[in-house]
Amino acid sequence: MELIQQLVNGISLGSIYALIALGYTMVYGIVRLINFAHGDVFMVGAFVGFYAITSLNLGFFPALLLAMVVCALLGVIIERIAYKPLRNATRIAALITAIGVSLFIEYGTIYVRGAQPEAYPSTLLPDKSIEVFGVTISSQSLLILCTSIVLMILLQLIVHKTKIGKAMRAVSYDSEAARLMGINVDNTISATFAIGSALAGAAGVIFGIYYIKIEPLMGIIPGLKAFVAAVLGGIGIIPGAMVGGLALGVIEALVSGLGYSLWRDGVAFIVLILILIFRPSGLFGKNVREKV
Amino acid sequence: MTTLKRINGFWISFVLALVFFIVVQLLISGGMLNTFYINTLFFMAINIILAVSLHLIIGITGQFSIGHAGFLAVGAYASAIMTMKLQMPFALSLLVGGIVAAAAGLLIGIPSLRLKGDYLAIATLGFGEIVRIILLNVDYVGGASGMTVTHLTSWPWVFACLLITIIVIANFTNSTHGRACISIREDEIAADSMGINTTYYKVAAFVIGSFFAGIAGGLYAHNFYIIQPTNFGFLKSFDILIFVVLGGLGSMSGAVIAAILLTIVSTFLQDYPETRMIIYSLVLILVMIYRPKGLLGTRELTSFFRLGKAVEGGKQGENKQTVA
Repeated sequence: MELIQQLVNGISLGSIYALIALGYTMVYGIVRLINFAHGDVFMVGAFVGFYAITSLNLGFFPALLLAMVVCALLGVIIERIAYKPLRNATRIAALITAIGVSLFIEYGTIYVRGAQPEAYPSTLLPDKSIEVFGVTISSQSLLILCTSIVLMILLQLIVHKTKIGKAMRAVSYDSEAARLMGINVDNTISATFAIGSALAGAAGVIFGIYYIKIEPLMGIIPGLKAFVAAVLGGIGIIPGAMVGGLALGVIEALVSGLGYSLWRDGVAFIVLILILIFRPSGLFGKNVREKV
Repeated sequence: MTTLKRINGFWISFVLALVFFIVVQLLISGGMLNTFYINTLFFMAINIILAVSLHLIIGITGQFSIGHAGFLAVGAYASAIMTMKLQMPFALSLLVGGIVAAAAGLLIGIPSLRLKGDYLAIATLGFGEIVRIILLNVDYVGGASGMTVTHLTSWPWVFACLLITIIVIANFTNSTHGRACISIREDEIAADSMGINTTYYKVAAFVIGSFFAGIAGGLYAHNFYIIQPTNFGFLKSFDILIFVVLGGLGSMSGAVIAAILLTIVSTFLQDYPETRMIIYSLVLILVMIYRPKGLLGTRELTSFFRLGKAVEGGKQGENKQTVA
């Protein structure tokens, strides 16, 4: 039963990773850039949610929506100011800029509001426990899981059923050809950043509800782990990010369950290095041959 | 003729460096410099060693590694164990720190070579984090509370290590092997098809770079009385990366200048860590947008003294070398 309990915890944690990983994977798929600032967008989302709940007295869903909107805007601003001028620069230059943006958001937040952590109010959601076959599932984690699943289904619908989704797929397949076909590549990239950042914002609020404590540097480790999740599923592949996130969450929960909770952060990176060595294209990726 | 000139240039720089060393040594023993300045000077030298060793990996070989603090940590802890737990002399422990870090470089280098660009960056970042987490969980080295180390780092040691690092890496860059590394940076597939053993040179660059990072780690550990895993997080890696990027990817003198400047800046902003990081990040973004090559690009400082001659990527015409 202990094992199943850990599995349940792992899936809750994994759904948070999956939400962040989706943003990584979408952005990588379309501009081939590891958006290091993504973890910090997640952090901003958590804080927007916190202030919406405590200062504006909003409920869970309005706060979630507000955080998503603010993060979407933030994502577009980051893309327009920092990444757009580097569209044709080397990959290293873009990566270093992303690191710079990430540091800027982190320390800008500390500068504005200080480094002290905040605690999400615990009375926001009804806290009941449901016993199923001896496994306790809190109503919170159930709600978190449902919210994540709804958001992921929504994302799938956007990507596969709408015009902008079609444009995103086209640009990620071949941006030059997409441009020739009359697709506005810049707007499509901005839309991708907006959607990815909105998901990260939602993940931030969910993280706050689940783990209570939030602080300005909280985005670094979940951000890196979400990237691991994206690589695990095959970077650029949306279902891969979901599966990778859930898998990583479950692996971490199992490691904690075995009594090695201090090694939890290390395991994610060991998974990363192993996957990069043995299957660099990820679980769902196809091997692409290198052409000169 | 050119060889003679080059050798002369080398000895002139060497003598200048010695003069600088003696002047500073006299100032220190004469009590003209207070502890604050001496510490800044040591810190600067350690940063230069780190910047130059990362420059070999990123700037010369073009392998984007952002886990350099991991090698620094390995060297720092290895040398601290040597002096504190095994009572070995300082020189030996510095060397052991370097060798253990080089072994770590070999360990991470071999698998990483299947990876390129972004993936390699993330793998090295992961490696740095793994090192930190291991150190955090091993009680032998004190876990999270860290390890106390006696203060052994002195100006002659710092200077000797700095000089050796710069000479070795400068000569390596100008050797056949260095040219091979540069060719990998420029175009790996082309280098491969010209018969260069790219795997060998990438591993070599990793190992040499991490060796010197380990030496820097030894100096770092014995300068600060205490080492803790938190000192070696990826913010430290980014600090080192900023030296190399700002100075110019592929320019050793650029890396040295950036290390000196940024050490001074961060010493002045010591009391305002947030402001310091905001300035760092803005500088990083602006440099990448407006001058992605960094301050000096791939040029060296000395190249400005001989204008009109071909300086990028070696001399043209005479003295052509083939690559093994």
